[in-house]
Amino acid sequence: MIDTIVIPLLKIAVLVNGVLVAVTFTVLMERKVIAWAQSRLGPMRVGPYGILQAIVDPIKLILKEDITPAKADKWMFTLAPILSLVPALVVFAVVPFGGDELFYVTDINVGLLFIIAVTSIGVYGIILAGWASNSKYPLLASLRASAQLISYEIAVTMTLVSVILTAGTLSMIGIVEAQQEAGFWFFFVQPVAFVLVLIGGLAETNRAPFDMPEAEQELTGGFHTEYSGMRFSMFFLAEYANMLVISAVVVVLFWGGWLRPFPNVAALSFLDFIPSWVWFFGKMFGFLYLFIWIRATLPRYRYDQLMRLGWKVLIPIAIGNIVVTAVVKVLL
Amino acid sequence: MAETIGFYTLSVLILGLAVLVVTAKNTVHSILFLVMNFLCVAVVYVVLQAEFLAVIQVLVYAGGIVVLYLIVVMLVNLKGEAEAHQDPRRLSVIGLALAGAVLLELAGILVYSSGSDATVPSSEAVAFPVQGNVEELGWLLYTDYLIPFEVASVLLLVAMIGAILLARREV
Repeated sequence: MIDTIVIPLLKIAVLVNGVLVAVTFTVLMERKVIAWAQSRLGPMRVGPYGILQAIVDPIKLILKEDITPAKADKWMFTLAPILSLVPALVVFAVVPFGGDELFYVTDINVGLLFIIAVTSIGVYGIILAGWASNSKYPLLASLRASAQLISYEIAVTMTLVSVILTAGTLSMIGIVEAQQEAGFWFFFVQPVAFVLVLIGGLAETNRAPFDMPEAEQELTGGFHTEYSGMRFSMFFLAEYANMLVISAVVVVLFWGGWLRPFPNVAALSFLDFIPSWVWFFGKMFGFLYLFIWIRATLPRYRYDQLMRLGWKVLIPIAIGNIVVTAVVKVLL
Repeated sequence: MAETIGFYTLSVLILGLAVLVVTAKNTVHSILFLVMNFLCVAVVYVVLQAEFLAVIQVLVYAGGIVVLYLIVVMLVNLKGEAEAHQDPRRLSVIGLALAGAVLLELAGILVYSSGSDATVPSSEAVAFPVQGNVEELGWLLYTDYLIPFEVASVLLLVAMIGAILLARREV
């Protein structure tokens, strides 16, 4: 009873709250890092170096007036932000944050596919937000977004097949254990796949340089133009939660999850005093920083360039990568 | 016991949502009910311990195909409620005939399968050299069901090429 119901529920409660708190601090981190990249200070007023900004922002968003446009489809308008936030939170159930059983909610034998499937549900939030708003620009933005998400979902899923071939399993824990057995992180055997997943991940989370669905200059604000208050902040939370998901997935698949560098080299075993979850969160932090860095550096793609990149570059490379991986795997 | 309750709850949900799909006035609402229907079917697969099938159901149907439906409906931009069909009686005859055919088929399956005890080939009957849901499925697909599997993939390829040809005539 306690093992099957109480402990998983506790873990889920901690996880969901942890993710939401992490999201607010990721927003602060983004503001700070981009400010530094542009020789500014960023938020400085609330708390030392503006750290409490992460707490104050959500409170502000909750207290703001929440407006439903008169001509909007009321049910869909409310459902859309929920549909985009919930899948982003659900996928964390299969992410192993550490080697111990304490650090993951569940380990299912189709873990990686579960992540792909559940994140694909998140598209509905964006499409319905644009449609339910009954407004010009949100509709355009949501059409763009759904085309972009579906295209890059194909590319990313194709790429993940080669990782699955390398690991020989779909379980997230199994993939990390496969890297432990192999003695190296999969980044060193699948560098192409890593780059593809990183690019596809940026596109799937609507991050710069692929932030077409919310290009302010072209669409006034994107699919969530008509949203305000808490429902707007749910889209915001979903976007950053998806960023956390992508970093976690990249860490698990390519950077050894909770493993230290070169897990089988005894000379490096002095690194073992660092607990497994510190490795995991450290790597995740690194990728979050990389995403923000990319946003501060690269200009936005044009829409046709984005689609060309997805269909004519990423997908062929992904298919080629599968073939090469399969041939090498059979030969070895 | 819990499984039976789960099964009947899901069945009621699936049938109810299917009815809502065809009765909803708004096309977008109807599509959303279809998504929920697919998700419920995925839960049925989970109850039957076919996790792989469940995840593929969500990935392909709920996450892929229905999104395309939704985009098409949004592009067509159906303003307001659809008008009633010119001659509803003619269509209802076809509908009734189709429903009757499905009913007959279901009755046939029931009669046919009630005779034999083993409705599902048990997995113990086949000796698997591999362990796990996905592995066993893959093994079966590439041994016993190789030809149907290959035929199905060629069919999909043909459909894909045909779609590209139709979309770009000038090539």
